[in-house]
Amino acid sequence: MNPWPWWFSGIIISAIMFTLIFFGKSFGFSSNFRTICSIAGAGKKIKFFDFDWKAQLWNIVFLVGAILGGYIAHHFLSDSNTVVLADATVQDLKALGFDKPISNQPSELFSFEAIFSLKGFLILALSGFLVGFGTRYAGGCTSGHAISGLSNLQLPSLIAVVGFFIGGLIMTHLIFPLIF
Amino acid sequence: MKFIKFLLVGMVFGIVMVKSEAISWYRIQEMFRFQAFHMYGIIGMAVVLGVIGIQLIKKFNLKDTSGSPIEISPKEKLFKSALYGGIIFGLGWALSGACPGPMVVSIGDGYVSFIVVVLFAILGTYVYGYFKDKLPH
Repeated sequence: MNPWPWWFSGIIISAIMFTLIFFGKSFGFSSNFRTICSIAGAGKKIKFFDFDWKAQLWNIVFLVGAILGGYIAHHFLSDSNTVVLADATVQDLKALGFDKPISNQPSELFSFEAIFSLKGFLILALSGFLVGFGTRYAGGCTSGHAISGLSNLQLPSLIAVVGFFIGGLIMTHLIFPLIF
Repeated sequence: MKFIKFLLVGMVFGIVMVKSEAISWYRIQEMFRFQAFHMYGIIGMAVVLGVIGIQLIKKFNLKDTSGSPIEISPKEKLFKSALYGGIIFGLGWALSGACPGPMVVSIGDGYVSFIVVVLFAILGTYVYGYFKDKLPH
């Protein structure tokens, strides 16, 4: 029931990409957000969402499977979710007011109660908005650019991944000390 | 029924995201602080195998399960949007500790609060679509 080692997880993730390729599809998770907008009718007003979303339903099914997989892993494949974090990270986060990990996500940010505090809600909303806006603007997320794109030696994907890191480093090292 | 295989692959994806702890906000912090190899190992391993596999697919002109030749479409050569969009994405990735796959998997992992994150990610995508023609690409 221990966490899986990085190398095994990497093998499975590339196997997922190749399985989708052999099914005639591609591995790119965030396309689903665009598809959901289209299903909800956004294509009537905005051309970007006016496409045949039925051709993307396989990916929505993949998304539903991902939620089920998360549920299965949580309830049947894990006995403790304590993340064994690098000591240096534990210390850095402690200085920002985060306790040592006792589950996958910090309760300071992701507890049910966090939804109903102003700061908690704003963090959830803003972080989601930035990811959803940024991934479509960049043309892909970690799966579409970092895994699929880099595997196919795509220069735009390399640039996007560099962008992911610029943004992530700015947030972690410059903005976190201001907001936590 | 033709969709069941995608449900199964999605389930494997959800399980590996949880069991590798790639969905953990803490692991993403560790990554952006360069304090552990874990996330770099996961992504690096997937990419190295991906590069090798895609070269083999191209070299041997492999076919997909329907018998059509596999064509992997190149990414559009839009460098400005890759950089600007990437930076915006990175800001959100570090704050939420989750990219699009993991934020959805986290709902299955029992974190109701991630429903808010996902709804706003969908809104973010909508707003991008709304302003698309006014943004530099």
